[in-house]
Amino acid sequence: MKAAVIVFPGSNCDRDLAVAFRDAFGAAPAMVWHKETSLPDGLDVIGVPGGFSFGDYLRCGAIAARSPIMAAVSAFAGRGGPVLGICNGFQVLIEAGLLPGALMRNAGLAFVCRDVTLKVETSASPFTAEYREGETVTFPVAHHDGNFVADAETLARLEGEGRVAFRYQGANPNGSMNAIAGVLSENRRVLGLMPHPERAADAALGGADGARLLRSLAGAAVS
Amino acid sequence: MKAKIHVTLKPGVLDPQGEAVRHALGALGFAGVEAVRQGKYLELDLAETDRGAAEAAARAMCEKLLANTVIETFRVEIE
Repeated sequence: MKAAVIVFPGSNCDRDLAVAFRDAFGAAPAMVWHKETSLPDGLDVIGVPGGFSFGDYLRCGAIAARSPIMAAVSAFAGRGGPVLGICNGFQVLIEAGLLPGALMRNAGLAFVCRDVTLKVETSASPFTAEYREGETVTFPVAHHDGNFVADAETLARLEGEGRVAFRYQGANPNGSMNAIAGVLSENRRVLGLMPHPERAADAALGGADGARLLRSLAGAAVS
Repeated sequence: MKAKIHVTLKPGVLDPQGEAVRHALGALGFAGVEAVRQGKYLELDLAETDRGAAEAAARAMCEKLLANTVIETFRVEIE
């Protein structure tokens, strides 16, 4: 299985994601610098990692979303290729228009760094097939701008189409609408989420709930 | 020409930073501040010499990058 991780100036979860991809897919992913204009041939999945791309200047993810490589990422997503955006990667995918809504400053204004409990709202996606709908999992969050907002119509559509993939359980760490932690694109092939599955992908490092998200992707590529 | 651009949150979008500023002003004794909305201000020096073309270009820049029109609105002044 062939994966790529996009690397921006200021990405800092790119290597964590590469290790998680390697463990789940059996091969190291291609690391693709944001200034590239094309992706490696035959890709099965793209990961857009967490971090502070371009120092969060202007708005989180705004400048990275206009990087040269993003046209190729959008084209890949348009062809139905799975794209996973985590944390800053989620912000980048929203800014690139691949996912709806916006991610604003956390309602409590503080950077939040801790484990959160998430409810898996759908198993109908290449990212969540290995989970049971309604089960709870634990991933860490580490962000300042994860407060998901959307207009009422968009929100109703996301809920109605079952495109909320993950929802915070218990205390909402950032004040996001409907406690949304992760959303899917209309074709369900793009997932963005604030929590970090790649930091919960090894039992020796505090939890393995996130490994199943990566295994779901591996299964989706085979089927 | 110079483009002066104000980017602010749309009405109705909650502004937790503005709210924190409002609280801090109250704590300093500035009474009667009923609301604070925080935004951004950008100044662009443009090579364009035609006013209309400069404004059209600045508005396109706002739509494409400078504002997130999902949550923000913008105002352009040309000098």
